[in-house]
Amino acid sequence: MQMPMHAAFRTIAVMAAMLMAAAAHGAPDAASAQLLKSTSDHSKFKVLQQDFQSGPEVTKACLSCHTEAARQLQLTQHWKWEFLNPDGRRLGKKNVINNFCTSVASNYAYCTTCHIGYGWKDDQFDFTAQENVDCLICHDTTGNYRKPSGFAGNVVTRDTEFPPGSGKVVKALKLRPIAQEVAKTSRDNCGACHFFGGGGDGVKHGDLDSSLASPDKALDVHMDATGNNFACATCHMTEGHQVPGSRYAPTAVDKGGAHLRGKERTGNPTTCQSCHGQAPHKANLAKLNDHTDKVACQTCHIPAYARGGIATKMAWDWSTAGRMGPDGKPLVKTDAKGRVIYTAAKGHFVLAENVVPEYAWFNGKVTYTLLGDRIEKSDQPTRINHFEGSASDGKSTIWPVKVFRGKQAYDPVNQTLAVLHMAGNDDTAFWTNFNWEKAVAAGMASVGAPFSGQVDFVSTESMWPITHMVAPAQSALKCRDCHASDGRLEKVSGIYIPGRGSDHATWLDGIGWALAALALFGALAHGSGRIFVSRRRT
Amino acid sequence: MARVYIFKRFERFWHWAQAALVVALLLTGFEVHGSYRLLGWERAASLHTSAAWLLIGLWLFAIFWHFTTGEWKQYIPTTEKVFAMLKYYLVGIFSDAPHPFRVTRLSKHNPLQRLAYLLVKVCINPLIWVSGLLYLYYNELGATVFAGPGLGAIALVHTAAAFLMLAFLIAHAYLATTGHTPLAHVKAMITGWEDLDDEPAHEPTRSHT
Repeated sequence: MQMPMHAAFRTIAVMAAMLMAAAAHGAPDAASAQLLKSTSDHSKFKVLQQDFQSGPEVTKACLSCHTEAARQLQLTQHWKWEFLNPDGRRLGKKNVINNFCTSVASNYAYCTTCHIGYGWKDDQFDFTAQENVDCLICHDTTGNYRKPSGFAGNVVTRDTEFPPGSGKVVKALKLRPIAQEVAKTSRDNCGACHFFGGGGDGVKHGDLDSSLASPDKALDVHMDATGNNFACATCHMTEGHQVPGSRYAPTAVDKGGAHLRGKERTGNPTTCQSCHGQAPHKANLAKLNDHTDKVACQTCHIPAYARGGIATKMAWDWSTAGRMGPDGKPLVKTDAKGRVIYTAAKGHFVLAENVVPEYAWFNGKVTYTLLGDRIEKSDQPTRINHFEGSASDGKSTIWPVKVFRGKQAYDPVNQTLAVLHMAGNDDTAFWTNFNWEKAVAAGMASVGAPFSGQVDFVSTESMWPITHMVAPAQSALKCRDCHASDGRLEKVSGIYIPGRGSDHATWLDGIGWALAALALFGALAHGSGRIFVSRRRT
Repeated sequence: MARVYIFKRFERFWHWAQAALVVALLLTGFEVHGSYRLLGWERAASLHTSAAWLLIGLWLFAIFWHFTTGEWKQYIPTTEKVFAMLKYYLVGIFSDAPHPFRVTRLSKHNPLQRLAYLLVKVCINPLIWVSGLLYLYYNELGATVFAGPGLGAIALVHTAAAFLMLAFLIAHAYLATTGHTPLAHVKAMITGWEDLDDEPAHEPTRSHT
C-alpha cells in the first residue's frame, strides 16, 4: 500500500507523541524518588528519642537492636589497634613507633581521639566493655559529630574548659539528633580519621586526604563525586564490621579473577583485580596486559599522589624542635604558600603536592623496626618499616610507594627507638616543656622500657603503599615514563626494561655501533677512492 | 649491449618491501632499545611489532617462492672466484679492471653476494626471527621456558642480530653502487633487466653512460 508523504509524517508524529506520553507515565513520581533504601527510619525509634549524656549511652541504645555489633567490632583492628604480623611480631597502631608523631603509648588521650571507642586514656582501657564502642564516629551522617583531641576518644556533652585553666572552652555536643540520623558509612566517616593520619590533613599517606571527600574524576576515577561516586566501603567491602584491605595485611599480588556477584568471595576485595580481573586492557592495548605480572596496577594508574590540592608531609626532622622565636614564644615558620614548615613542637617539615612516587618490588611482606630492636646511627637510615620483595621471588610486583624520611629521637646507648611522651598536661610532655630527656624518660617508663638518659637523633624511613587517587586512564603513565633511561623505574633492579640504558650490555652496543661505523667508513673510503680514480681518468 | 632479465616481478617486490621493512624495523628497533628518541617509544614499539609481522609474512611468501621456483639454488655458496671478487673490490675496481663475474639468469649473484646473502638468510634472519618472536611472546613463555635467561638475554641476542643487519644494510647499499654505473644495480633491481657487457673478458673499457 502506498502512503502519501504527508500522511506518513503524521503517522510518525502521532507515534512519537504516544511514546513520549508512555515514557512520562513510566517516570518515577516524586514519592518513589525519595524511597529510602534502608528499611528503618532511626528518628522513629523510641530508644533514640532521649537526651544522651555520653557516648556509651548512645552505644547502649544502638546495641539494644544491633545486638552483635559491638562484639563484631571488638574483633577488628579498628578496635584493637593491634595486628599480628605473619613474622610473629605485634604491630598495629598500639605497638609500632613511626616517624610521624612516633607512638601512641604515653600519649593515649590524644591519639585515641581517632579510636573507635570511648575512654582509652591509658594502658588500662577495658577492651571488652561493649558500651565503649563508638558507633557514631563511623555512622554519623550529620557531619556534626566531633571527638576533640585530648579526651581519650570521648565526646564532650557539657561545655568544658580544656586544657584546664586555659580559658578555652570545648563546646557541648548534642548527641540526640546525631543518633537519629545514623546510616551506612560514607567517605566523610572514614575520612574523619584516615584523611588526617599523622596529625593533619594528608600528612601521612599522601594518597588519602580531605580532597577525597568529594573528588572530581581527575583526582579519583572511582570516587568521582559526580560519576562513579564510590564510597570507601565500595572497595573495602565490609561484612559484619570486618573491614578488609589493611596496609598491615596487604595483597601485593592478586592472581585471582574479577569477583562475580553471587559467587562465593574469597581473597581481598580491595585489590584492583577483584573487579578488573587479570587482563583489564582492551585488545588494542593488549601489550599492557603483559605488564600485570610484574607491575602493580597502581604503578601506572596513580601517576602522582597528593593531587587534590592538599600537601602531604615528605620529611620530618624532630631534632630541630623546641626553638623559641624572638618574642620568647614557640617558633612557627610558614612557606610562601602559608603552609607550616616549622613548629617548635614538631621541628621541620618538608611538604609536597603532586608527588611522583618511588617504586619498589613488593611481595606483601612488611618488616618493622620496633621498640627494643637494636638500631645504629649510620649513613643508612633506620627502616621503620620496609616492603620486602624482589624481581626473582616470583611473588612481587613493582609498587608505587611514599617513602617518608624522618629524623627522630632514639636512645644512643641502648640503641633503640624511643617512645616519646609528647602530649599531656604535665611537666614531662615535650609539647609542654620542650625537654627531650624528660619526654623520652616518661615515654619509655610508660611502657617499661629501659632508658639510658641520653637522647640523640637518628634518620629513619618508612614506606607507605600508594593505592588511592587512581587517575582516569588517559592520565595513566605512558610507555616512555619507564621505557627510558632515568625513567620512573630507573632504580628498580632485577628486571630488563626495554629502553632503559642501564640494562644495556655496553660491550654489545659498543661493538655494534663500531661495526656499523666501520661499514659506513669503509663504504665512504672505498667510494671516495672510486670517485678519485674516475675523475683522474677523465 | 645485451640485457638479461634476472629479477622477476615477485623478487623485486620482495626485495624492496623487505628493504623498507628492514629500515623501518631498524629505526624503530633502536628507538625501543633506547638509542634515541624519534617517534616516541609507544609508536616505535607498536610500529616495530606491525612491521615485524609484515616482514614475517613476506618471508613466508619468499621462502615459498624460492623453493617453488628453484631460485634457492642462487644462494648455494661457491669458493670459485671468491678471491677474484675480493681482489676486484680491493684493487681492480680502482683501475677499471674487468669484472671477474658475469651475471646470467641462472647465476645472478657473484660469489661474494652468494655468501653474504646466504649468511643473512641462514644466520641473521633466523636470529632476528627467533629472538624477536621470543621477545614478543616473552610473557606467554616467560614463566616456564625462559625463567632462567630472562628478557635481557633475549633482548641481547635480538640487539646483536640487529647490529649485524645494520652493518649488512650499509655494506649492501654501498655495494649496490658498484655496477658498471653507480645506479646500474639499482635500476636492475627496479626494472628486472641487467645490462651485460658483450665480451667482458676482452673489453677493458666499460661504458659510462
